[in-house]
Amino acid sequence: MHSGILQAINGVSFAALLFLLASGFTLSFGLMRVVNMAHGAYYLFGGYIGLTITRYTGSFALGVLGGGLAVIPLGYLIDRFLISRTGENHLAQVLLTVGIAFVLGDVALKIWGGDNLKVPTPIELRGAIELPGGIIYPTYRFVLILFGIVVGVSLWLLYRKTQIGAVVRAGVDDREIVSATGINIDRLFVLVSALASFLAGIAGVVGGAFLTLYPGAEWEILIYALVVVIFGGLGSLEGAMIGALIVGLLDAYGRWLLPEFSYFVLFGPMAILLLFRPRGIFGREG
Amino acid sequence: MSSPTMSSPTMSSPTMSKPLLTVSDIHTYYGDSYVLQGVSLTLHKGQIAAILGRNGMGKTTLIRSVAGLTPPRTGDIVYRDISLRGKPPYAIAQAGIAIVPQGRRIFRSLSVRENLMLPTSVLARSSRASNGRQTGQRWDFDEVLKEFPQLAERIDHPGGSLSGGEQQMLSIGRALMANPEMILMDEPSEGLSPRLVLQAQEIMRRLRARGHAILLVEQNLELALSVADEVYVLSSGRFVFHGTPAELAKATQVLDQHLGVSGAKMI
Repeated sequence: MHSGILQAINGVSFAALLFLLASGFTLSFGLMRVVNMAHGAYYLFGGYIGLTITRYTGSFALGVLGGGLAVIPLGYLIDRFLISRTGENHLAQVLLTVGIAFVLGDVALKIWGGDNLKVPTPIELRGAIELPGGIIYPTYRFVLILFGIVVGVSLWLLYRKTQIGAVVRAGVDDREIVSATGINIDRLFVLVSALASFLAGIAGVVGGAFLTLYPGAEWEILIYALVVVIFGGLGSLEGAMIGALIVGLLDAYGRWLLPEFSYFVLFGPMAILLLFRPRGIFGREG
Repeated sequence: MSSPTMSSPTMSSPTMSKPLLTVSDIHTYYGDSYVLQGVSLTLHKGQIAAILGRNGMGKTTLIRSVAGLTPPRTGDIVYRDISLRGKPPYAIAQAGIAIVPQGRRIFRSLSVRENLMLPTSVLARSSRASNGRQTGQRWDFDEVLKEFPQLAERIDHPGGSLSGGEQQMLSIGRALMANPEMILMDEPSEGLSPRLVLQAQEIMRRLRARGHAILLVEQNLELALSVADEVYVLSSGRFVFHGTPAELAKATQVLDQHLGVSGAKMI
């Protein structure tokens, strides 16, 4: 029976990683109506840069921070000079950002090569700990759950309890009227986009420490993040939390119980959900 | 002021100085359609100008042009000696022009408190400090709730759960929180019960008394005529009448042809 519980913990720790990536994706869609498929590439770039920083400085914490920060200017330039030209045309956005992701992927291949690289973790996080009930679990993945909770709670407080968060939510409701109340919504876009890039970069470093980094990793993680966002409802932070948990658990149990059908276990329920709630669990009327 | 049927405006107020807002020959397109075809008007501090006209004549487009939401292609809008040409909506709002948009457009998922506080957020503050000095009294959270006590009772409810009348008050309250000198109101009486229309009328009078200028778009002729100092009638993107409410009441041809009411009804 222990392995059932173990899978649950596995699922929750994968959910923590997915939440980091999906929360930024969903917030930038909610506010800016931009579908940014390069989000996976931000993850990969952040991961590689964090890896390099960790190798040079020997500090995993610096690697996580640096990987996150390094993606901010990258995301800004892509927003400012490329995505901004697509206006509200979602098809153009998807094509453009998929193209950007391919270019970034090739640049990463050139710099970091095609091998699986693992971000080195500090000694203290390498072992295993005993959880209540005698379950032995890798320390790193347990700490990842705690990290996900801290980030999730912080984001939720920022989004629900602060003035800036209220402006973001208002922007999701009605961007035009937000600007007519005297708020420079473009400046808000830059802030939210920077936060989304930062979270994706951080996700790349913490994910790269157990999933490893390799060419194509950006697409695998992006698909999971998209399923999270579809489950939870585009534009909803709470949806990203619940969606990440559902996807993380489905994935863990799918791989354990029905390894041949693990993708079906993920996409089957998603298809069924979409039949009844086309906008996802927390989705709102357009 | 090129329309042939335009009567001469009778400006009687002794304090009449420079207008607060001057709209000069603006032409505004909405997508491909040519909506405002040369519109000019002036509005003074502490005055209410009502824009009347049938649906689809360009009334909302006029409001949106001033707010910068649908900028005019040609012509100029000058507010307190500053040209608003090319200014984004947030800069126009920060200059002291607030909007109560058609359909209220309150933020449905935000609480009433959050709706009201939005115009005071750090992202909206910049050149705000000087506004409100011109009006008799500065508006703040407590002042707005004193004006609309119904909102105080629902302060932590989501805006989307309010009744139509409450939403209208919230929309006006939100505009006031920006301490505007001028307020653009687009059909504030739309969908309100007769009792609430009277309340809206009272509110507009009180706002004028406090020194706010209001550019009012209305379908409700009675309401518009009862509060306005000046009336403009818009037809197919041009003004076909400009005068006082009393003058409009006598202009049976304008009433009949452009507003679809017979003069007899007005008396």
